[in-house]
Amino acid sequence: MITFLTLLPIVGALLILALRGSRAVARGLAAFFGLSALVGTILLWIGFNPGTPGMQFEEWHAWVPSLGISYHVGVDGLGVLMLVLSAMVVMMSLAASWANAKLGPVYYALVLFLEAGLFGTFTALNFVHWFVFWELSLIPAFFLIRLWGGPGRARASTQFFLYTMVGSVALLLAFLALFLATGRFDFVDLARLAQSGQLTPALANLHWVSNPGQLAMLLFWAAFLGFAVKTPVVPFHTWLPAAYAEAPSETTMLLTGAMSKMGVYGFLRILLPIFPQQMRQAMTPLLWLAVATIVLPAFAAWVQKDLKRTFAYSSINHLGYCVLGVCVAAKFTGTDPRLAAEKAAALTGVLLQVFSHALTAGALFWFIALIERRSGGLRGIDDFGGLRKVVPVLSGLMGIAIFASLGLPGLNGFPGEFLIFKGSFPLVPWATAVAVLGLLMTAVFLLAVIQKVFSGPVNGRWEAMADLTTTERWALAPVIALMFVIGLYPQLITGMVHGTVMQWIAGVGAGVRF
Amino acid sequence: MLAWTIYLSFLGALAARLAPSKQFARIVALLTALAGLGLSIAALVRWQPGALVTVAQVPWIPQVGISYHLAADGISLTLLLLTGIAATSGILFSWNIEQRTQEFFAFYLVLIGGVYGVFLSFDLFLLFVFYEIAIIPKYFLIAIWGSVPRGATREKAGSQREYAAMKLALYSFAGSALVLAGMVAAWTVSGGRSLSFEFLARYPFPAHFQMWAFPMVFVGFAVLAGMWPFHTWAPTGHAAAPTAASMLLAGVVMKLGAYGCLRVAMMLFPAGLGPWGFHVLGFGSWRDVFAVLAVIGIVYGASVALVQRDFKFVIGYSSVSHMGFVLLGLMTLTQIGLDGAVLQMFSHGVIAGLLFAVVGRMVYDRTHTRDLNELGPMRLAQVIPFAAVTFILAGMASIGLPGFSGFIAEFQILIGTWRALPWMVPVAGIGILIGIAFTWRALTKVFFGEAAAGAQEHPLPPITLAEKCGAVLLLATTLVVGLYPRILIDLILPALNSPLFEGLRKGAWR
Repeated sequence: MITFLTLLPIVGALLILALRGSRAVARGLAAFFGLSALVGTILLWIGFNPGTPGMQFEEWHAWVPSLGISYHVGVDGLGVLMLVLSAMVVMMSLAASWANAKLGPVYYALVLFLEAGLFGTFTALNFVHWFVFWELSLIPAFFLIRLWGGPGRARASTQFFLYTMVGSVALLLAFLALFLATGRFDFVDLARLAQSGQLTPALANLHWVSNPGQLAMLLFWAAFLGFAVKTPVVPFHTWLPAAYAEAPSETTMLLTGAMSKMGVYGFLRILLPIFPQQMRQAMTPLLWLAVATIVLPAFAAWVQKDLKRTFAYSSINHLGYCVLGVCVAAKFTGTDPRLAAEKAAALTGVLLQVFSHALTAGALFWFIALIERRSGGLRGIDDFGGLRKVVPVLSGLMGIAIFASLGLPGLNGFPGEFLIFKGSFPLVPWATAVAVLGLLMTAVFLLAVIQKVFSGPVNGRWEAMADLTTTERWALAPVIALMFVIGLYPQLITGMVHGTVMQWIAGVGAGVRF
Repeated sequence: MLAWTIYLSFLGALAARLAPSKQFARIVALLTALAGLGLSIAALVRWQPGALVTVAQVPWIPQVGISYHLAADGISLTLLLLTGIAATSGILFSWNIEQRTQEFFAFYLVLIGGVYGVFLSFDLFLLFVFYEIAIIPKYFLIAIWGSVPRGATREKAGSQREYAAMKLALYSFAGSALVLAGMVAAWTVSGGRSLSFEFLARYPFPAHFQMWAFPMVFVGFAVLAGMWPFHTWAPTGHAAAPTAASMLLAGVVMKLGAYGCLRVAMMLFPAGLGPWGFHVLGFGSWRDVFAVLAVIGIVYGASVALVQRDFKFVIGYSSVSHMGFVLLGLMTLTQIGLDGAVLQMFSHGVIAGLLFAVVGRMVYDRTHTRDLNELGPMRLAQVIPFAAVTFILAGMASIGLPGFSGFIAEFQILIGTWRALPWMVPVAGIGILIGIAFTWRALTKVFFGEAAAGAQEHPLPPITLAEKCGAVLLLATTLVVGLYPRILIDLILPALNSPLFEGLRKGAWR
């Protein structure tokens, strides 16, 4: 089932390339395969049994036994959530690109390749198998920026590629050392070893290691670098604003909606289960990084003049909450059941936030694409004014998305952030308190955007701007509806991931205090 | 049967030289190469796991114990397969040679025959003979059909080709001289009875003898493998050679050196890798010395490639960097590292061949320039998209993206390095990153450069069928090995575990 799901977009992409048809044909094919993939992931979601612990829909085949490489896929609550999310974001991006005449067949083929890379990354459970998709998803993303981006695309795409590669190489080297010590590449096996406390002692199998704890710490930071660049965590984020701003908005939707989640996924699938002791030891610097990721980009977003850059920084800020939640979950809580419940709340919040950020950020960049198409590419904050009166539907719907991003109760952004803060505060009061500053600044800059773009006197240039067409309204309707649904009924997601979260807490809770 | 790979190549060379027309010579060459490839594949299919297949054993000069002894184990078979693939695709990429076509293919096939001979020889003297046979045609291929940067006058072009060809020949002969000296010494010390590998590998050479014979022979072969600081022939030679010869030079001839390092130096004189018993500048054994030279090669080759303006030099220096991984893998002295080294020989042979094919045949033969800054504005991605896609895939394979053969090879070498030489892992990691940077720089500069305002797209001749077949053959090989590396790993590992390598396993194996 999962293999089929991953192959589906690849088949679609190859078909688009083989047919060499017009843009309309490519677009139709991409929509067909994107929609099929979305239906497939939803079927998986329905078939997924949240009560059963461990991986479901598993497939295992030997690949290179002498090197511990196997073809191993499976999903737990996290995996299935990520699959639905990626398929959803890809569909949103395809819908947004429907009327953009600049994007030809190759664009659609690359988007489908990217989707396959995402599916593979979110389902593979053997490091090498996973790494294939982790790296290969980078190639279509690079060309999406390089070929269809704005004036600074050459620099932005290369920077994006090289930064991610630095992280990937560090991650690869760390896992090679782990393999050498344990003979395993399988995430599930490695997590089991780590949680029974055998991973660090196993590093002493390397004859030159005198202090396995130190090496384990080094490997943790190397793996951390891989995910910190991808998520990104401040100060490894500098590639992001340029990449998001230069990429065509339809691609930015994919980058922020789905690809940035690869980093958070790595935190949850790899760092937390395999390196819980190291995370605990490095708790203070990790918390500082998380807080910096929340607060600094919020200030940076405030001073941006380009809407895309504003929302790019806002995206870093929102993923900072996820990093905070993951760090909190690694905290030592002893046997206190109440604190364990707080950790569960924080982790549930992280998963909600991941999904909700994909939805909100995807929608925001979609709106920017709509505005750009009407303004001839202009997207400065000061270029507009009073759009509320000219294009009321566009302004209203985008306003909903902005408020969702801000965390207004009743919309999708609220439950996730609330749970993260609720869970973090009792465990790391100081970090949570500083992080609230980020929440405040988010409100400030988002309201500033609303004020400058939508209200105030009408900018004479845009008096003739067309409001959303019926097609665009219908395309956006399900997205806006989903924002309300998740805001009002977050159990839709929390119910799905509860079992997985409990399993993590149980696994991470073991171990020693530092 | 396998011996016919050699004989057929030499017969094919004769036939190509005597061919009445150019087209006839091409077809003869292609059929010869395909026959060699077919024989290698047949041997691979019929191979019993772990076997050492004796192909021919005839006394040659019995008075001094030299015999005509051909045999193949898993390592030889891997490299025979590489030779078959590289030879076939090389001919497909030199289909457009019009100047002295018959002679070109004759020299080309002599080179191929020599290479097959080296990989099949199981007698040190025979190996040396084939090794020398392979050097001669290289000289003529570069000196007569070589390529030079645009703007060079006729005389200057000639002298540049002469320079590169002569440099390559001199370096090769200097390396051979060291190997010859080592061979004679081994023959004398072992009592002058035989030069067969089976005899020499079992002969207990005194440790103090191995201590100086090992570095001599190792360096002799490593010159041809592009080991820093003896690598300088490689970039000039690769750049000046015609496309097919660059493909063979980087793809196969550099492997002759690496193969010699493993098969002769390390297999016969394993004690030479042991500790000296004292330290000089922190080096405690020849192994430390060569491992450091290998990582210097990795980082230096990649760094120099990063600042080249000549497209062919970029790829030329990349070969130095990638061959550094082979040497590093050898110096890990672990089963996994050696396995990775042999796999990297295969993988680099295929990938470098592909890169040179794009640079030399697809791009240079059409645009007549190799300058990155001149190629950029030509919008090659639009004009010859097939070349762009091929280079993207080859570049992905070259930087070691998983799914391609380069990944699985470097992956094993790095695991071996973690085990045996952990402090070199970060340096090798930096080398990989610089490798990514220079490949991506060349890729974006050449194929996705910004066109000047109002620039016209120059129509270039379309990619021919022969080029497409060659590119697909090489791409399919790197993908198949990358996705299913067991095909080759199951060949190489038993060979490394065979009695021939027992000295190495007992001595310094970690």
